[in-house]
Amino acid sequence: MANSQESSLPFQAANLCFRYGAELVIDDISLELRCGEMLGVIGPNGSGKSTLLRLLSGVLQPERGDILLNGRPLAVYTRRQLGRQLAVVPQETIIEFPFSVTEVVLMGRSPHLGGFSFEGRRDLEIVHTAMARCGVSQLAKRSIHELSGGERQRVILARALAQEADILLLDEPGAFLDIRHEVEIYDLLHDLQREGRSIVTVLHDLNLAALYCDRVALLKDGQLMRLGPPGEVITYRAITEVYETEVYVELNTLTGAVNVLPLSRKYREKLAGQEPERRTKKPAPI
Amino acid sequence: MSGEAGAVSREPGALAGYLTFQRFVGVLSVLVVLLCATVVLASLIGSVHIDLARALNGDLLDNTDRVILFETRLPRVLLAAIVGGSLATAGVVLQGLLRNPLAEPHLIGVSGGAALGAVIAVIVVGRGAFAETGLLPLAAALGALLSVGVIYRLALVHGRLQPYVLLLAGVIYNAFAGALILCVNAIADFYQAQGILFWLMGSLATHSYRLVLTIAVYSAVATVWLLLQTRHLNTLSLGEEGAMQLGVDVHRVRRASFIGASLLVGAAVSVSGIVGFVGLIVPHVMRLLLGADHRLLLPASMLAGAIFLIWADTIARTALGVVEIPVGVVTALCGGPFFIYLLKREGSKAFG
Repeated sequence: MANSQESSLPFQAANLCFRYGAELVIDDISLELRCGEMLGVIGPNGSGKSTLLRLLSGVLQPERGDILLNGRPLAVYTRRQLGRQLAVVPQETIIEFPFSVTEVVLMGRSPHLGGFSFEGRRDLEIVHTAMARCGVSQLAKRSIHELSGGERQRVILARALAQEADILLLDEPGAFLDIRHEVEIYDLLHDLQREGRSIVTVLHDLNLAALYCDRVALLKDGQLMRLGPPGEVITYRAITEVYETEVYVELNTLTGAVNVLPLSRKYREKLAGQEPERRTKKPAPI
Repeated sequence: MSGEAGAVSREPGALAGYLTFQRFVGVLSVLVVLLCATVVLASLIGSVHIDLARALNGDLLDNTDRVILFETRLPRVLLAAIVGGSLATAGVVLQGLLRNPLAEPHLIGVSGGAALGAVIAVIVVGRGAFAETGLLPLAAALGALLSVGVIYRLALVHGRLQPYVLLLAGVIYNAFAGALILCVNAIADFYQAQGILFWLMGSLATHSYRLVLTIAVYSAVATVWLLLQTRHLNTLSLGEEGAMQLGVDVHRVRRASFIGASLLVGAAVSVSGIVGFVGLIVPHVMRLLLGADHRLLLPASMLAGAIFLIWADTIARTALGVVEIPVGVVTALCGGPFFIYLLKREGSKAFG
């Protein structure tokens, strides 16, 4: 929305708690999304990353705690209003019927259209642009079922763009993609961010988190362990503690970002008992 | 096949592959013309040959051709059109709602519920009372809605709809409703029981334009109501969460669509008994031909369903000469093999 430049933050979450049955999946998490930033959410499997995202998108209601969207409680928005302000890209989308690519992207216009109507000129233009940006224009008439994982994920991203929302929530958008397609998606997100969109993305790849995110939230067992710039969060100590495995951490000579290398058993045993400092290497300047 | 959904444009830079207004009107116009031709042709076909020119001549006394055409064949053909259209529309909606191409009113217990509602109403109040008021479709719709309610509740696991639980529950409910109907039938007196059995097998024989009109009104209201949900049905194919995130009030749309579909099934079942598989075959073929967009799929399936059932009924009343086969038998004979074909196809898609 136009007022997103105001002092109010796109998202503010305070003391969130959520349970599946008896299990506490989100345990007292407080964080905020700043205007125009890319916030990465990292953590081991089952740490609550996806649940956090679903709470923010309003699909799940927290048991305790508050979420403010642009300064107002999430609950006061209708689903339609939310659809105009938040676009969500899930990890995997299963579409039951053989819709064409264009039809899927057009679904992104749903929050702006009625139950039965034809898309107007503006809707079509927006969809056209979104498809071009995500590189799926040439797939327009293909059935969504005929696409590869990478193509399909780009179509879903185009659908999210067609919503014209200022906030994007993504759940491991690169999960099933090869490195080229994964990097292309994050490059596109980076462009969107520079145009003023605010982004929350769940990532499993710590190196990409360090490369693209302004801030990173590290989750474990539903708790927020650390929140801050990647260089401060993705450290040897934090990662080994949270993921419970040995890693090798160094600063990349080209990007200056943190690199995390998982270690095979051979090297884990070799490094055992050494000083932690030995395992974080500062690079020599190029 | 499905890739052809949408406007074909060779213009570079133009958007392709979506439903334009021109395409919508074009496809539906063709189907309307086909339906009109079907109505005329089917009215002329029958065990007795009729002379059209003579039938249309209103000045003749003792004009049997005219009587057969306008009092026997035409109302029956029109009723077949409405019932076929209603069942196909309900099929489209249920498949969309449950995200399952195998969903069908007959299979998921809605028809069984409607039949049970109608049978109970007839036994308790008597058929005569309903013939006067035209409320039998409502009783059947109530039965359908009640069964949908029960099945829907059963399929809600942790607040989320489990389509496969729903299908299973539907099949079981259908068997249960069938048993209850037979139970009621056993209690009823001989003539009532005969009537119920004949009606259950599915027949479209009628002489009453009033009945045709009543059913037409029910179906028209429900169809327009459902047409207003079609974009939401498209979005729902992304799943419950996906649709919610695109601004769809999933629970409201589900409720609205279930009510609409129940009305349609109720109207159809109350006049024709259980005519299975129309709601399965027609939406499927139309989806293959026209693509998945429910805005076109729903009205197109309605028209195609009307055409399909008129021909099925024409076969039912002519195939064996003077003896009539119940129309439900004809549709089931087409539908059974088709269902197995679909099951094989879906199975190979899922497992290999």
